[in-house]
Amino acid sequence: MGLRSYIITRILLTIPTLLLLLSMVFLVMRVLPGDPVALHFEKKAEPWQLEDMRRKLGLDKPLWAQYADYILGLIDINYFLAYGYPNLGKSMQTYEEVGGQIFSAFPATLELAIYSMIIASVMGILLGVVASKSYNSILDHLIRGFGTVTYAVPVFFLGIIFQLVFGVFLRWLPTGLRISASVAPPTGLTIILSMPSGGFISNFLLSSIAGLTISAICIAILKVKHVKFRFKGFAISLAVFIIAWVVYAYVSWYFVLKGKLQIATGLYTIDSLLEANPVKFVESVKALLLPSLTLGIILSGIFVRLTRTNMLETLRLDFVTAAKARGLKESTVTYGYALRNAFLPILTMLGLQFAMLLSGAILTETTFSWPGLGRYIVQRISFRDYTAIQGAVVMFGLFVTLVSLIVDILYAYFDPRIRL
Amino acid sequence: MNKVKIKRSILAHLIPGFTSLTKKGSSGWMVILGLVIVLALVVMTAIGPWIAPHDPVWYMSPKIRAPPSPEFPMGTNHLGQDMLSRILVGGSIMLQVAALSVLVCFLIGVPLGLFSSYVGGLFDSTLSLVIDAVYAFPGLVIAIAIAAMLGPGVINMALSISVVYIPSYFRIVRSQVLSIKELTYVEAAKATGAKWHTVLSRYIFPNVIPSIVVVVTINFADAVLTAAGLTFIGLGVTYDIPDWGWDLKNGWSYLASRAWWIITFPGLMIILLALGFTLIGEGLSELQNPKLQR
Repeated sequence: MGLRSYIITRILLTIPTLLLLLSMVFLVMRVLPGDPVALHFEKKAEPWQLEDMRRKLGLDKPLWAQYADYILGLIDINYFLAYGYPNLGKSMQTYEEVGGQIFSAFPATLELAIYSMIIASVMGILLGVVASKSYNSILDHLIRGFGTVTYAVPVFFLGIIFQLVFGVFLRWLPTGLRISASVAPPTGLTIILSMPSGGFISNFLLSSIAGLTISAICIAILKVKHVKFRFKGFAISLAVFIIAWVVYAYVSWYFVLKGKLQIATGLYTIDSLLEANPVKFVESVKALLLPSLTLGIILSGIFVRLTRTNMLETLRLDFVTAAKARGLKESTVTYGYALRNAFLPILTMLGLQFAMLLSGAILTETTFSWPGLGRYIVQRISFRDYTAIQGAVVMFGLFVTLVSLIVDILYAYFDPRIRL
Repeated sequence: MNKVKIKRSILAHLIPGFTSLTKKGSSGWMVILGLVIVLALVVMTAIGPWIAPHDPVWYMSPKIRAPPSPEFPMGTNHLGQDMLSRILVGGSIMLQVAALSVLVCFLIGVPLGLFSSYVGGLFDSTLSLVIDAVYAFPGLVIAIAIAAMLGPGVINMALSISVVYIPSYFRIVRSQVLSIKELTYVEAAKATGAKWHTVLSRYIFPNVIPSIVVVVTINFADAVLTAAGLTFIGLGVTYDIPDWGWDLKNGWSYLASRAWWIITFPGLMIILLALGFTLIGEGLSELQNPKLQR
C-alpha cells in the first residue's frame, strides 16, 4: 500500500470513530441518571417551566429524534456557512449558540497546548538523552527521579506554587488571563481593501486573477516536490487549481464586501507579531509563560522516561557501535544516529499523550483563569449547562481524533512498515 | 474452591516476589520505598482521628490564617481550623475514592478483557473499537461530564473515575491473553475437555496477574490525581469533610493573602500518596521488562 492510499484509508476510518464518539457522548449525557432540565433550575421549578425549557431545547422529542437532530445539526452545511462553526445547539444558560462560544474559546486552548507541548518535548527529550548517556550515574538517577515525581504532581498544584512564587511573592509575572487587562487583545494583520465593491461579478474577475496566481504557485510547488508531469499529476494539479480558484474567489468576495481582509490565527503570540505590536507580544508571552511552563514540566516527565528507555535500548544496538568505531563525533552518534531511531516510539506516545495534555490543560486553564475550552467546560458545570458541556466534550473529541490522524500519517511517513 | 486457588496463585506470585525485591537493584528498592510511603499514609489516615491534636472540622481557633508555629505546626486556615489535624485525617476521602474506583475498574475491565479476547471475532473487534475510543479521549473530560451528571459524593466520584480507567485494564489483559491463548498448555487444557471458564480462570488468568498488578498501582496513582482534580474543579466532597484536595482548593482562593501553608501541605500530601503508587508501579514494570535486565 502506498503512502497515499494509506492516508486515504486512515481518513476514511476516522469517520466511524467520530460517529462512535458522537454517539457515546450523546448516550452518556442522556442515559445517566439526573434530568438536566430539572438540575438546571436551582430551586424546585414549576412543571410548566420544565416543559417550556424542554420544548426550547428539543428535549421533549423521543430519543431517536433528538439523536437525529444532534447528528444532522453537526453536519448542517448551511448553518456552518452562515455562522462559520457547526451547530452544537443552544446554551441552557444564555440561549447563545454553543458552537460560537466554543470556537472563540478554542484558540486559547490551542495556544496553551502548542507551547506546553514544545516545552515538554524539548525538555523531556534532552533530559532523557542525557540520562541514557550517563546510565546509572547520579545524574541519571536525578533525572529519573524528576520523571517519576512529575507524574505524581497534580498539575494545578504546580500552577498554584508558580502563582505563589512568581506572581504573589516576586510579582514578576501575571497569574491569570491571556493578556493583561490594560492591553487590548491583538487583532492580527488587517489589510484595508481599496477595491471598489462592485458586486460579485467584477470581484470574481478581479479575484480570479489572484486565484490564478495562487494556483500557479500551487502547481509549481507540486511539480517541484514530487508529482511528475504525467496524466495523474496533471489531473491533481488541475483539481488543486480549480479548488484554489473557487475558494479564493469566494473568500475574497466575502471580505471585499466587508471592506477589509483580516488575517488572524487567534493565537495571541502570533497575532501580536502579525500586528507588529511589540508591547502586546511581550504581554502575551508574559501571560503565557507560567501556564505553559506548568503544563510543559508536568508532561515532560513522560518524555524523559520514554526517551531514556528507548535510547538505552537503541544505544546497545550494533549500528551505534559501528558508527562509533568509524570515529564519528559523540554528538553525531547520539543525536544523528541513536535518537533518530529511538524517535518513532516517542512519536507514537506523543499522539497518545495528547489526551493527557488536554486533561492537564483543563486544570491549568482553571488555575490561571485562561479563557480556553477547559475553563469554559468548568464554568458551564457550575451553571449546569448540559448542552454546553456536551458541545465542549464533542469538540475535545474532534480535536483528539484530528491529532491522532495527523500522528498516524506522520508515523506512516517515517516508518514504511506501517503502510504494509 | 476456585477462589481459594486464585488467592493461592496470587500469593504464590507476590510472596517470593517481595522477598527478592531487595536483590533486584534500584527497581526493587523503588517498589519497597513506594510500599512504605503508601502504607505509612494509610496507617496515618486510619489512626488520624485519634492522634489529631484538635477536631479537624469543629475546632476553630480565633487565630485565622496563622502561619506555622509551635501551637499550630502547619498553621491554620481561613476559619482557624488546625491544618495539622486536617492533614492527618484528610486522606480518607481520596483513599476511599481511589480504592473503590480501582475495584470497579478491576471487576469490570479484567473479566471483559479476558472474555473478549478469548472469544474473539466480531464481539472482540467491536468492543475494542469502543474501548479504544474511550482510551484516546481526555480522561478528565469524561470524568467531569459524568461526575457533573451524577452529583457530588464518594461513590459518584469513584464511578466517574472508573469509566476513564477501565480501558487500560481491558487493553493490557486483552493483549496478554491474545498471546497466552495460543500457547500449547492452553491447547492441552482445551483438549482434555476443560470448559471455557475453567481455561480462562485457571490457566490464563494467573499468567495475566503480574501485568495487572502494575496497572492497578498506576491506576491508584491516576485515581488519586483525578480525584484531586475533580475536587479542585468543584465536583468533590462538601466542605464539612476534611480532604486534602478541598484544602488545596480552599487555600488557592486565599492565594493573594500569601498563606502558603494552607496550599503547600495538602498539596505535598497528595503528591506523596500519588508518588508512592507511582514508585510501586514503575518499579514493578521495570522488573518485568526483560529488555532492561542485565
